[in-house]
Amino acid sequence: MTRLRSRAPLALAIPAVAGLAFLVLPLAGLLIRAPWSTLPQRLTEPGVLAALRLSLVTATLATALCLLAGVPLAWLLARTTFPGRRLVRALVTVPLVLPPVVGGVALLLVFGRRGLLGGWLDATFGVTLPFTTAGVVLAEAFVAMPFLVISVEGALRAADARYEEAAATLGAGRWTAFRRVTLPLIAPGVAAGAVLCWARALGEFGATITFAGNFPGRTQTMPLAVYLALEQDLDAAIVLSLVLLAVSVLILAGLRDRWLGTS
Amino acid sequence: MRTRLVAALVAVLVTTGCGAQTADRDADKKITVLAAASLTESFDRIGALFEKANPGTDVVFSYGGSSGLAQQITAGAPADVFAAASPATMKTVTDAGDGGAPVTFARNQLVIAVPKGNPKGVASLAALAKPGMKVALCATQVPCGAAAQKALAAAGVALKPVTQEQDVKAALAKVKLGEVDAALVYRTDARAAAADVAGVEFPESASAINDYPIVALTKAPNRSGADAFVAFVQTPQAQQVLADAGFQRP
Repeated sequence: MTRLRSRAPLALAIPAVAGLAFLVLPLAGLLIRAPWSTLPQRLTEPGVLAALRLSLVTATLATALCLLAGVPLAWLLARTTFPGRRLVRALVTVPLVLPPVVGGVALLLVFGRRGLLGGWLDATFGVTLPFTTAGVVLAEAFVAMPFLVISVEGALRAADARYEEAAATLGAGRWTAFRRVTLPLIAPGVAAGAVLCWARALGEFGATITFAGNFPGRTQTMPLAVYLALEQDLDAAIVLSLVLLAVSVLILAGLRDRWLGTS
Repeated sequence: MRTRLVAALVAVLVTTGCGAQTADRDADKKITVLAAASLTESFDRIGALFEKANPGTDVVFSYGGSSGLAQQITAGAPADVFAAASPATMKTVTDAGDGGAPVTFARNQLVIAVPKGNPKGVASLAALAKPGMKVALCATQVPCGAAAQKALAAAGVALKPVTQEQDVKAALAKVKLGEVDAALVYRTDARAAAADVAGVEFPESASAINDYPIVALTKAPNRSGADAFVAFVQTPQAQQVLADAGFQRP
């Protein structure tokens, strides 16, 4: 049986290998073209470290924001019925397919200085979000939250609701049942969703440069630094790309049970 | 099954091969021009004039930050002509052997772009450094950013922008959206956006004038078309378009 399965027909094997090469070669290209001899100096340049630190901090804050709002949202979608629920679910997934630049423009129109909410924020509290680190977090959260919501909703649907009902019959309130029963049940799903959300936030480019602008140390995250480095110095762009690649591989390795398979 | 799949594959390869050939034949009439973002309006008009003067040709433009375009060319982008917003970015292309001797065809000067009506009463570069002013500059990696740094240094103004945009159009867009109070952009860009912004001239811009060089690329798929377009940009007809847009003659 196993021998039979391991022999792939040529018509499948050739495109499969081509597909694999297509996905892996660009990554290999980064490694081959990398300026290894000057790598240590380039990595310790203050601009690189500032962009990396900013990227890690904003992606983490964006993930926290997504957890705070996304888990309840996923619960609402999975465990309750209300009119227009299907529409709400569709709306939640829109940022998944929306070009990030469009997301950035939309954020500007709402949270910008002349935006629907931004104008009020500015007039009332003197708070403006564009060009601030908070703006980066907002842009990243907008793009990444659907990944978390979908992941958690899937976990909730897979979890048996009868445990919650049992908790209710034993006198637990809805909040207690959620906290003590539901949340531990779906914890792996939440964790996986959070990692995915974090990775997406880390790689965010379009919405960030559109909504938060580009200023070193404040809003210039790694993807923005890569893009601007490319304007002048290919080697610098390669080095920055390598860092992002390394972080991405580390994330995947951390999730190996889920995506890399255990066998 | 296998033969049918292979036949399908061969068919696909053959048809795409043919497609590439017809595309090559079309390329004789197609001229691909990579140009600095600040040339957008002028080159759109010059391209239309060129197509009218040379029936059947098709001029295609790709606008962006000059430095990024230069990198695309040295990385092998199949373009015929490159027009940059500064000699420094042009140099990266000619140094790589991708272009011969560039010709300077226009010059541009910076102005302060402010929202229409100039609500904050900006009259000088120094006004941009006042507390509470939000200013967008181009990143120093692109020509308009380099020119802005030169002008600010000449004026002795230490300015902390809220953002460093990737090209001059992006900086201008932040003024149009009202997200910043001012941006340093080319005079031509402010003029092209006259419906939304006003341009404030300042004397120090004289020390940061950008020369715009143009070159036919060595590996141009359509070399004769490239030469024709470069020559056309220097004709009185095209120079008039550039002058109307606010460019100065070299």
